[in-house]
Amino acid sequence: MHLWQEFRQPISISEAIEDLINAPSPVVPIAGGTDLLLEMRQGRHEAANTLIDLTSVPEMNVIEKRGDSLYIGACVPVSQILASTLVNNNAEALIEACDLIAGPQVRNTATLGGNVAHALPAADGTIALAALGASAEIANPDGLRKLPFLELFLGPGKSAIDKTSELIAGFYIPLSHKGQASAFKRIMRPQGVALPILNCAVWLDGDERTVKDIRIAIGPGGPTPFRATVAELLMKNKKLDEELIREAVKKVLEQGSFRTSPRRATSEYRKHVVAGLFSDTFNQAWERSNNS
Amino acid sequence: MISYHQITLKVNGETEVVNVPANMTLLVMLREEMGLTGVKNGCAAGECGACTVLMNGEPVNSCMVLAAECDGAEVITVEGLSHNGQLIKLQEMLIAKGGVQCGFCTPGMLISAFALLKRNPDPSENEIREALVGNLCRCTGYVRIIDAVKASVEK
Repeated sequence: MHLWQEFRQPISISEAIEDLINAPSPVVPIAGGTDLLLEMRQGRHEAANTLIDLTSVPEMNVIEKRGDSLYIGACVPVSQILASTLVNNNAEALIEACDLIAGPQVRNTATLGGNVAHALPAADGTIALAALGASAEIANPDGLRKLPFLELFLGPGKSAIDKTSELIAGFYIPLSHKGQASAFKRIMRPQGVALPILNCAVWLDGDERTVKDIRIAIGPGGPTPFRATVAELLMKNKKLDEELIREAVKKVLEQGSFRTSPRRATSEYRKHVVAGLFSDTFNQAWERSNNS
Repeated sequence: MISYHQITLKVNGETEVVNVPANMTLLVMLREEMGLTGVKNGCAAGECGACTVLMNGEPVNSCMVLAAECDGAEVITVEGLSHNGQLIKLQEMLIAKGGVQCGFCTPGMLISAFALLKRNPDPSENEIREALVGNLCRCTGYVRIIDAVKASVEK
């Protein structure tokens, strides 16, 4: 039995949506496929009738400024995100996350859209986008609509987009202003191919000693990408000192669900290292914010 | 019934027109349709880098790319590095420095290093290591391979 029978390569979003709806089902979109092909071969993803390759859709391959946002098409390869000055200047956390994804060969093929559509709670690109306050652009037969990033996720491996008629076309990230900066760090065993033990992204708006605004994302801290909103609220508009960071860590531990996952880490270990990971990531973002 | 796609692509400088089934990987097409067995099938999971080829100038794992995706692409395999039997300096240095033992990772290593040197003709040791992070070698311990890349750019 073949894992799929048909392969289509639409060259516009509307053509892709048409294929999604009309091609012999089940239809599975592919945007790089470095996870998807592997999962299909290993029997962890249902077989398809039609694969729809989205990487030839020009609108999904651009990085550009759109109004007060940076737009990254869902099919831009990770290596091109890394090379983009626009992304480097506006989304340090995303650069640091992409720089930890696999090796050069995979980065030339893998895409942010694929990373997010896979809906894992600790995917590096996903955690960075969550802290950067991104929104997703969703394409469906009625056109395009924006969705707050975290509304894309229902559970581990479960995306909220309707697989039979919707696609993720790209991502909007607010442009960075003076005093704003972000950072991403992760704890892992070997560099490269595995999911992290724990990762963390912080975006903040700082003013001398005050944290004016902050977003914190940690993975895996629950069944979907976790935003530490209680800690964010605690830190917002507060003068920064060691005590504030200690209190924020307490809130992260209370709100997050740091579970044991086979082969990666125990719950105890994750709870132990989250303090150091968060404060390192926060400090990196803070330092950048002071220099921005 | 599996669908077939007629694709036109350049492989090692030659234009090829091939009829490929929808589920064939670039790796299988290169090895089994074109006889380019320098492209090795290692893990078939995008981890070991033995199947690395250049696609439009950038290294990719050919086991994770579908042949049908390659319409209009330019592909270079290890067979395309030497010309008229004349090895390039990178290949000569890999031999001279003992960077080849069992040889299974060698074609992929060469392609990744070749892509690096095209982009950056004078890489630091760190840049060499980063460029080769997606290529596994179980024999050499990597040091001799890195030495060979360094030697190939020495004046």
